[in-house]
Amino acid sequence: MNEVFYISATVALVSTLAAITGVNAIHSLLYLIVSFLAIALVFFTLGAPVIAALEVIIYAGTIMVLFVFVIMILNLGRESVEQEKRWLSPGTLIGPVLLAVVLLAEIIYLLVRNTSTLSGTGAIQPSELGSALFGPYLLGVELASMVLLAGLVGAYHLGQRARPDETDDERKGPPE
Amino acid sequence: MASISMGQGLLVAGLLFAIGLIGVLARRNIIFILLSLEVMANAAGMAFVVAGYRWGQADGQIIFLLILTMAAAEVSVGLALALQLYRRFKTLDVDAASRMRG
Repeated sequence: MNEVFYISATVALVSTLAAITGVNAIHSLLYLIVSFLAIALVFFTLGAPVIAALEVIIYAGTIMVLFVFVIMILNLGRESVEQEKRWLSPGTLIGPVLLAVVLLAEIIYLLVRNTSTLSGTGAIQPSELGSALFGPYLLGVELASMVLLAGLVGAYHLGQRARPDETDDERKGPPE
Repeated sequence: MASISMGQGLLVAGLLFAIGLIGVLARRNIIFILLSLEVMANAAGMAFVVAGYRWGQADGQIIFLLILTMAAAEVSVGLALALQLYRRFKTLDVDAASRMRG
């Protein structure tokens, strides 16, 4: 089972790298879907089967599909690939890579200093999650529903396009 | 279930977070920036799941559920913003929206 963790973690890292450095948006999205599926497998080996299923259903199945829809709505075409190639030169990556590598080195140093080996004590069952959600974390569930409501209203309002007979400025209404 | 040390699990989460961070900093297309933000949120959630695995408690997974919810709401609003950016500036370059009005 350890090998499953290592292999799927490697797949996740490689496909995320390929997604971030890609120039075609749809290709990057598909690489990221592969990455999320690999991460779901990592969660499964870490005793979180419910979270693995939710990762596939919600992250790979909803959020990435939203991205695909938006990219298809935008309908960018071949010139967007050329545009990305112009924007993403190797020189652009040097700065962020250096900074991220420094942060990563710090994290690795801290982890190497304080590793605690512990074999897991069994997978967390859905009933346990359900009891916790209805018990101590009830407030968190309610707050999550409020966040979703805010996201819904915000996305609806921001996604509106102006009607053909008015401009975007007029849509906001007369000044107060 | 595997017997992974917490350090290795957190290392994977840290590497994913770093890759997402590189994407946010290095890309100019707003779609790619939102993608990298999702990678970062997922990596942070993975750290919570690893912690929950180490202690054998459900709390880490509960927090991952909340992070998932927040990431979904963030993505929907972010993509609506990306659409508005494209409608207004006819480009997905975030550098196009560099000035404030008024």
